[in-house]
Amino acid sequence: MNNTEVILKVTNLKTHFDVTKGMFAKKQIVKAVDGVSFEIHKGETFGLVGESGCGKSTLGRTIVKLYEPTEGTIEYKGQDITKLKGKELKEFRKSVQMIFQDPYASLNPRMTVGEIIREPMDIHNIYNSAKEREDRVVELLKIVGLKPDHIRRYPHEFSGGQRQRISIARTLALNPEFIICDEPISALDVSIQAQIINLLKNIQKEMGISYLFVAHDLSMVKHISDRIGVMYLGNMVEIGESSDLYHNPMHPYTKALLSAVPIPDPEIGKSKKRIVLQGELPSPLDPPSGCAFRTRCPYATEECAKAKPQPSMINGRQVSCFQFQAGIK
Amino acid sequence: MNELLKVDHLTVDFSTDQGTVHAVRDVSFCVYPQEVLGIVGESGSGKSQTMYSVMGLLADNGKIMAEDILFDGKKIHESAFKNHSEYEKTMQHIRGNDMAMIFQDPMTFLNPVLKIGTQLIEPLQNHTKMSKKECEQKAIELMRQVGIPSPEKRMNQYPYEFSGGMRQRIIIAMALACNPKLIIADEPTTALDVTIQAQVLELIQDMKEKLGSSVIMITHDLGVVASLCNRIAIMYGGKIVEIGTDKEIFYEPKHPYTQGLLNCINNPEDDDKDLQPIPGSPPDLLNPPKGCPFVDRCEKAMKICKQQMPSATAFSKTHECACWLNELKKREGKK
Amino acid sequence: MEEKELMLDDSLFEPLDSSEKNNEFIAVESKTYLQDAWRRFKKNKLALFGLIFLILITLAAIIIPMVSPFTYDGQDLANRNALPNMVHLMGTDKLGRDIMVRVMYGARISLTIGFVAAFLNLIIGVIYGGISGFVGGKVDMVMMRIVDCIYAIPSMLYVILIMMIFGSNMFSVLLGISISSWVGMARQVRSQIQTLKQQEFSMAAFVIGASKKRILFKHLIINCMGPIIVSATLMVPNAIFTEAFLSFIGIGISAPQASWGTLASEARGLVQSYPIQIIWPVAAICLTMLSLNFIGDGFGEALDPKKR
Repeated sequence: MNNTEVILKVTNLKTHFDVTKGMFAKKQIVKAVDGVSFEIHKGETFGLVGESGCGKSTLGRTIVKLYEPTEGTIEYKGQDITKLKGKELKEFRKSVQMIFQDPYASLNPRMTVGEIIREPMDIHNIYNSAKEREDRVVELLKIVGLKPDHIRRYPHEFSGGQRQRISIARTLALNPEFIICDEPISALDVSIQAQIINLLKNIQKEMGISYLFVAHDLSMVKHISDRIGVMYLGNMVEIGESSDLYHNPMHPYTKALLSAVPIPDPEIGKSKKRIVLQGELPSPLDPPSGCAFRTRCPYATEECAKAKPQPSMINGRQVSCFQFQAGIK
Repeated sequence: MNELLKVDHLTVDFSTDQGTVHAVRDVSFCVYPQEVLGIVGESGSGKSQTMYSVMGLLADNGKIMAEDILFDGKKIHESAFKNHSEYEKTMQHIRGNDMAMIFQDPMTFLNPVLKIGTQLIEPLQNHTKMSKKECEQKAIELMRQVGIPSPEKRMNQYPYEFSGGMRQRIIIAMALACNPKLIIADEPTTALDVTIQAQVLELIQDMKEKLGSSVIMITHDLGVVASLCNRIAIMYGGKIVEIGTDKEIFYEPKHPYTQGLLNCINNPEDDDKDLQPIPGSPPDLLNPPKGCPFVDRCEKAMKICKQQMPSATAFSKTHECACWLNELKKREGKK
Repeated sequence: MEEKELMLDDSLFEPLDSSEKNNEFIAVESKTYLQDAWRRFKKNKLALFGLIFLILITLAAIIIPMVSPFTYDGQDLANRNALPNMVHLMGTDKLGRDIMVRVMYGARISLTIGFVAAFLNLIIGVIYGGISGFVGGKVDMVMMRIVDCIYAIPSMLYVILIMMIFGSNMFSVLLGISISSWVGMARQVRSQIQTLKQQEFSMAAFVIGASKKRILFKHLIINCMGPIIVSATLMVPNAIFTEAFLSFIGIGISAPQASWGTLASEARGLVQSYPIQIIWPVAAICLTMLSLNFIGDGFGEALDPKKR
């Protein structure tokens, strides 16, 4: 990364949900994101991986202000956006967009493709005339590889991959600088996944957009990302450059996660040694004290239960683990 | 070697509101004892419907036409039976004893209001002559085998108290209850996280070795196939376009679709691979192309591909591929 | 096989031109939602029959009293309790009034009450339930407790109280029916909105900066219109029935005006001697109920998003 201008800086972000049932029940809080800090540079792709329930989607949604953070700050281009309102919020919306996971659910079934792509322009009044907007819609359809005559069709007539491209066209309508991709390929077929990945890459190259790429499929994340952050139970356990992190994982959880990735090669795939984690993912309602991973970690000691490990930087890698910091590894 | 399952010229049609969907079109393959066959294809390629029709689990609007389906030497396609109820009876027996299925979504298979123990014991009582006490012992034993901690306690819990991975283990335990000769796994790990997926795959592998069963693994994930299967069939547009051993498919793919598929997945071990996506979308099986189903997305498509379906060419005892390019090569060789 | 392949001409093995490939092909014909729904509705023969019957009876209710020489309160005392004949197609009642005109006049009142009540329910229920489900939190809780309170009092009680205050006329029957029955609609809309709110397309609308009003009306309510229309359709026979019941027990529309309920009530006294008189209004009620239920059923199938 030669460009180190920070576009997004997240500091000690916490998003908790109150899931208390009934008026008199005991207060129950899901700590979906529990103190996460990281930075994303301009023009880079930051991959965010972790198992379901680790809070990666919640983190992405908190950044686009779908959820209110409980604590911490999110600085977008140097401005804290957690308290944005009115006009400034609208400006922020123009600049930060999101692509959703399920192409079957993310498009309003009662709107035509043209209406869907035009809606952001209508809301923000970007172009003066209806003609200009229409032209822009056709242009966007071409960028994502669909035909202009698809404009009057309804989403249900398209395949999953085509729908995801419509969704990308809608996202691009506002010329955003930062896009959060929330598992955009996990619902798609293999041959279509590569189409979407390459499309996203081309768009990035041409428009200099930065991505936060949330996914659980590590091999694709590794392919598209410059840097990867690994989350476990609301915490960021490790951040590093993608191929470096893949070949040399340092946090015990990253090691286990990477060893489980199936390799599409019969010789490597069949001989690969897997680290099998003991036990189940603890409930985010009642996470373990100290390090969240200690209940399943093969290296855990008493120290891990006492306090939460803070991230430390080693050779450009950010790792949150006492054992690693102590050098025992 | 004797085949355990032999499917000959199987065709499955569905009548829908919009017309007839030709989900499976003239598919033939076989499964040998103690092997793992992977059936790979995109959604809508007919891979699941092929296996559903073998098991007699097709939806009501589906129609099966087959020359022959042989399981363990017995004919099990409907036209070989006197009437439908006879067929149903036989299939029910086979499904409980010799063939078992593991589904993608364990929650739709488990009854949410019954205890896990009850759901495990019931099929045992129906298909074996054991007493209730013995069935209970066997159920606990099965749960222990699939790696569920403290099974005696877990027997009295309801499905919602189990995590996704645990539920899939229960399904596997149910499938294994009667030592089936053939286990059909329909995307058993698609809904699971990678770490859980690794555990479940390992479990299927272990169980297969312990019981000496064959496994048919239906999936779209080439990584899963590579780490588990001995032979692989690639399906596209309702047809098997290529079939071969794992090494043949991964290292010497012959069909342009197989090649394309391998080019558009990322091998994380390989640092600077560029993905080459296959352009376009899969064909609509409401109106399948007359020729090769892949013609509209194929880089090497020829005029003939649009007009006629190629027949399979054999490259080795195990490796077959249906593509006109093989014929072209033969002709060029002759000149 | 081998020989057949050798017959193939070499020219067939030339590369296919890219223009001949069609890899972004969409096989299904483009149809709007309504076209699609109508196509499915037509397939349901019972629903179609119901719709035709409803249109016929509506037309008859409008036209017959206009063209008939008789009026709903005109008495022909020489011709009382007449059986159906060429002059009075359905006969006359004990005061010599033409039954056909009275049944059709009753249809005007009954159908008006049914449709207006359903329409009021729809408007109030959708707006109330929509806001409650969309805003959520404390607002939702207060709004739903109000609904619970309204629900807790038997609806007949409202109707009878309102009748006592405003007198027995169409307005008070309508008010009485509408005041309590919208709560069911509101609850249904609320739960629909709550589910749709979690769907990614409404999140997408939020992220592109759509206003709350836009999200509620353009994205959420429009997507639950199907079930809403179905229950509104089923509310029409409900209202008609309630009105008929009220009139039958004598607290609905007052004489000489006639709704189906009043007609049935009047004919009740003569059921031993002139049973034919009670058959007409009762048949009208039954057939209309059936038709509306069939139509509701047909809408249910045609508008069900799961079948798309």
